[in-house]
Amino acid sequence: MTETSATDRKPASQLRRNWAKLRRNKAALFGGLILLIYLFTALFAPLLFPGSPSAPNLIMSLEGPSAQHLLGTDELGRSIIGRIIWGSRVSFMIAVGVVAVGLLVGVPLGLISGYYGGRVDFVIQRVTDMMLAFPGFLLALGLVAVLGVGLKNTVVSIGISMIPIYIRLVRGCVLSVREQVYVEAARAVGTTDFKIILRHILPNVMVPITVQTSLGMGTAILFAAGLGFLGVGVQPPTPEWGAMLGSGRAYLFNAPHVATFPGVAIFLAVLSFNLLGDGLRDALDPRFRI
Amino acid sequence: MLQYVIKRLLSTIPVLIGISLLLFFMLRMLPGDPAQVLAGQMATPEEIENIRIQLGLKEPIYVQYGKFLARLVQFDLGRSARTQNPVTEEVWARLPNTMLLAVVAILLACIFGIPAGIISAVRPYTWIDYLVTSAALFGISMPVFWLGLMLVVIFSVILQWLPAGGTGTWQHVILPSVTLAAFVIAFIARMTRSTMIEVLSQDYTTTARSKGLKEQVVIVKHALKNALIPIITVVGLQFGLLLGGAVLTETVFAWPGIGRLIVDSILARDYPMIQGTILIFGLLYILVNLVVDVIYAYVDPRIHYD
Repeated sequence: MTETSATDRKPASQLRRNWAKLRRNKAALFGGLILLIYLFTALFAPLLFPGSPSAPNLIMSLEGPSAQHLLGTDELGRSIIGRIIWGSRVSFMIAVGVVAVGLLVGVPLGLISGYYGGRVDFVIQRVTDMMLAFPGFLLALGLVAVLGVGLKNTVVSIGISMIPIYIRLVRGCVLSVREQVYVEAARAVGTTDFKIILRHILPNVMVPITVQTSLGMGTAILFAAGLGFLGVGVQPPTPEWGAMLGSGRAYLFNAPHVATFPGVAIFLAVLSFNLLGDGLRDALDPRFRI
Repeated sequence: MLQYVIKRLLSTIPVLIGISLLLFFMLRMLPGDPAQVLAGQMATPEEIENIRIQLGLKEPIYVQYGKFLARLVQFDLGRSARTQNPVTEEVWARLPNTMLLAVVAILLACIFGIPAGIISAVRPYTWIDYLVTSAALFGISMPVFWLGLMLVVIFSVILQWLPAGGTGTWQHVILPSVTLAAFVIAFIARMTRSTMIEVLSQDYTTTARSKGLKEQVVIVKHALKNALIPIITVVGLQFGLLLGGAVLTETVFAWPGIGRLIVDSILARDYPMIQGTILIFGLLYILVNLVVDVIYAYVDPRIHYD
């Protein structure tokens, strides 16, 4: 009984220690704060900006920032702040979706590849090599060319481009963990491979996965905005930051605010994920520090 | 060394096969007839039939793939569905423009990124270190296309110093290459800093210092020489990111390179051209990685050629 409670206490104190380390990192806290603000705007968009962010109002087109429209209006007279607020929903949906695709496919394949080795490992690694032969954004762009434009295909394309990163990351960690004494001990007492992977290997590769997830969400937002900017991502009138920036490009000379503010929104969102990712890496595993 | 280069060249074969498979199945994953897709919307039934015969669409899939490979090794990717010009002709015509941007950007990244990282590592946790690390973090978080547009607003619209887009003079190269370089400068600065901090704490650096060598000599001859190997790798790997960034930068500045070509082709669903641009991007990436590996082996004598 006493033994059980001691084991139960260990992860909690580890979590507290990590949280204390993270709390000392002011940059990471700043990143977390920006992220919370974005989450708040994404969740409460209908309250913060009631009405449709896509309804045009041509009389008000290309107005500069004012009390009525804090960040001005776009070429169709739509409030830019309203579209940024609603756009945070779209961007976060993409970020979560992309990371989910990467995690759900990449982590199991990385675990299998690293744990079993041999032919399975060889096949998975060669496919990974092929995918990594293309820079991530270009791979996503190529996939969009096949799958077509739109929100769903943006998520799938960027998600697939992230899979090899998770495979490599997880496999690398598994290779070192699988040789540990506790894994050998589990094998010796007849624990099934599935249970060993789930109970002994996976918890020990969670740190790099957590860090990569934070950084990956930032990259997902950046890639999605890039596709939107090129006109091959989320399509108008859906308020997506990259597409907003792309349409604002035509008015750079007479109304630069149209392209400026969505860019600030993208920048701050990516910055917050990068700050948090860096902070998590420093707090959870200083060996990975960049 | 030659043996190493040959072995390294052979190791690119699986990746080349991967690229060919991707290009081959790309058309077959699309809904509809691949011959129609390749010929474009405006093609006549005769043209479509010709392409069907050329691709051997009625033959088994492995025969089709074999024929595809045979055409690929001859750089025969057909004609653009949009302009009817040979794909390779258009791709090769635009390649020097993209290479110019990429090379200038990499040079800028090395000139600014490496010294920034060294200064930051030599004076850790001082104001200059915080300045460099903050600027680098901003650099990697900034959307390249937004940075490009903001540079246009400042230097073309407000100050009217530089052209907003196009090509022709050296002034046209400045804004696109700076835009493209920003992310890589930031990344290289971060990498150089962390590598230098690690190297500066090694025993051989302490020995060099205790011998009474000047700090500059310790940093340049002892620390930087060892830190250079991972830095070279990162510079090489960043080339891939540069190619991705080139797509966006070329769009912002209406720069007539391959990046712009791939976007135009996707928007026009010009699949032969999409295949051509993807192929050239893949080959460039492989080639750069190969060159980096050879330099790597040359710089570090500890790397065995076998």
